[in-house]
Amino acid sequence: MDFLIQNILNALQWGSFYALIALGYTLVYGVLRLINFAHGDIFMVGAYIAFGISGVLLGPSIGLSPLWTFVVAVPLTMALTACVGVTLERIAYRPLRRKGAHRLYVVITALMCGFILEYSNLAVLGAERLKFPELIQKSIWHMGDVTITNLKVIVIVAAIAVFVLLNFIVTKTKIGMAMRGISYDKFAIPLMGIPIDFIIVFTFVLGSAFAGLAGLLYAMSYPILEPFMGMLIGWKAFIAAVVGGIGDIKGAFVGGFLLGFIEVGVVAMPGLESTYRDLFAFSILLIILWVKPTGLFGMPQSTKI
Amino acid sequence: MQRYSLNVLMAAIAVVLLVLAQYRIIDGYIQATLMYVGINIIMSTSLNLVNGNMGEFTCGHAAYMCVGAYISSVLSVFCFGNKLGAPLLPADMAVVVFPIIILIGGFLASLVAILVAVPSFKTRDDYLAIITIAVNYIVISAIENMDFVGGSRGFQGMKDTVWAMKGTLNAPWMLFWVMLFTAFNVWVIRRFITSTFGKGVNAICQDEVAAEIMSVNTNKIKTVNFMLSAGLAGCAGGLFAHIVGYVNPQSFNILKSTEAMVMVYLGGMGSLSGAVISAVVFTFLMEVLRSQPLMDFLLAPATFVFPDWEPSAGVIKWIIIPLLLVLIMQFRPEGILGNRELSDVFPKLKKFYTFK
Repeated sequence: MDFLIQNILNALQWGSFYALIALGYTLVYGVLRLINFAHGDIFMVGAYIAFGISGVLLGPSIGLSPLWTFVVAVPLTMALTACVGVTLERIAYRPLRRKGAHRLYVVITALMCGFILEYSNLAVLGAERLKFPELIQKSIWHMGDVTITNLKVIVIVAAIAVFVLLNFIVTKTKIGMAMRGISYDKFAIPLMGIPIDFIIVFTFVLGSAFAGLAGLLYAMSYPILEPFMGMLIGWKAFIAAVVGGIGDIKGAFVGGFLLGFIEVGVVAMPGLESTYRDLFAFSILLIILWVKPTGLFGMPQSTKI
Repeated sequence: MQRYSLNVLMAAIAVVLLVLAQYRIIDGYIQATLMYVGINIIMSTSLNLVNGNMGEFTCGHAAYMCVGAYISSVLSVFCFGNKLGAPLLPADMAVVVFPIIILIGGFLASLVAILVAVPSFKTRDDYLAIITIAVNYIVISAIENMDFVGGSRGFQGMKDTVWAMKGTLNAPWMLFWVMLFTAFNVWVIRRFITSTFGKGVNAICQDEVAAEIMSVNTNKIKTVNFMLSAGLAGCAGGLFAHIVGYVNPQSFNILKSTEAMVMVYLGGMGSLSGAVISAVVFTFLMEVLRSQPLMDFLLAPATFVFPDWEPSAGVIKWIIIPLLLVLIMQFRPEGILGNRELSDVFPKLKKFYTFK
């Protein structure tokens, strides 16, 4: 029983990262119908930005205490990562959108931007892995055989809080209404006096900021940074978003946790090696998409004839 | 004259290359580059069948290459190698059996494509993209968990087959086979796309519903197209394995799939000659950018400002190539030729050759 609860907690933590990144994918897709393949690398950039910020703040010139560093680093990381996301949108995606280019060209551009981010990071900072400093004093609570660390709780709470916030923004505010409007009909929305570019930039700000938050929390949980850390987790978060039904906030959240549970379940299952993790995760995904071609919460698209 | 001019030209080029390779005028490195050109042509043209001509979005093309590489490697080691027991066949049969091994690898790789083809009856673009990525990961992960082919350590021993062929007749066999398969692959694709049955592929790209109404059996065409594309990629994988002599599941990951995609979009979607040209350009670009002196020369201003920064060519290459592609997408998004063949871009060429 304790073993089960421990693994459920681990799966919740692992799924939180997937959910945080998948939310960004879903936001951008829901508004623009664009798979932002660079999103996993924005997460990586977020982790590196967090590393830089904490290095500066903990350094001799400023010398904050680790806890204060964490408090300051969260908004700073989110803001700077949002800047990276918006820069990508400005330089790469917006000119293509203005030209009315085919959707696939935008997707290829996004994929290539991801590569540029990864390899320029590798070229500038070198291949040695960085060790993230410990910001929060680790406290461990034991309940029977179950160990809970405060970091785990922070990660899970952050994921849930972000989900609630996003749900509120998208369903209850005016700007969220504009987002839903753009995804419903891109051509009628500017005629209604809605600044379409501002809404799109705001979407990128939201998605990238949460990717940055995920990067910070990930670097605190697994404190080794490398330039390709965003690649696999980005693909998998994207898959989580699709399984939930891409373009749907609730779906991304559920999909992320589902993928987390599947992966941790495979690793924890006695008699199964951990190398089977990817195999099972992707096979289950394939089966889900065979049964429900538009994901768990996705709406089937009807084509007019 | 114009009916045979292209074939004669190609055959002449092939013979010249083989003679040059035979008498060691071009060294092993240039031979290897030429072979990679051939393999990349197969990869880009076969992916072009799905991404360009059918308008679906596949980004897991390396999975089929992986299956083909492993199947043909295991078969060739069984038949002629010493790694999995004594060789089953005498060494002088290698020349005859080798193309059959490659084709079997391609055939089994095309069976894997059914995994993608069946969901594609119902799913649309983005979801299909995910399914192909998933298949890519599934294939890699499955092979990593098979111990008898070495798992994630990789698998080797295919060179025995190449040496067996060289024992029969000392010639650049691999170059010959790669050129033969490349020509075969381009011929098959051209024949398929221009046939009455293959016209349905373009019909699906234009409008699937209308194609269905006009009595095109879309499910059948999709299945055939996916399987043909995957089979050709599987042949490319088999050839790749025998050139390098060592395969590793991680060499067929998303990066490899991305390379194939880059070639397709560089050449222009749905243009066969564009895919061929872009594969040649891309491969040579990769090789040129690999040279460290050139990189140092290009980055001289930057290293002058930051003297302790030492960029390596292998890393900078992967910044330059994506940047190039981003610029292409911005300023010429239709690629080099853009959905037209070479003879459409330069109509005067039609006097000199017909390509059927």
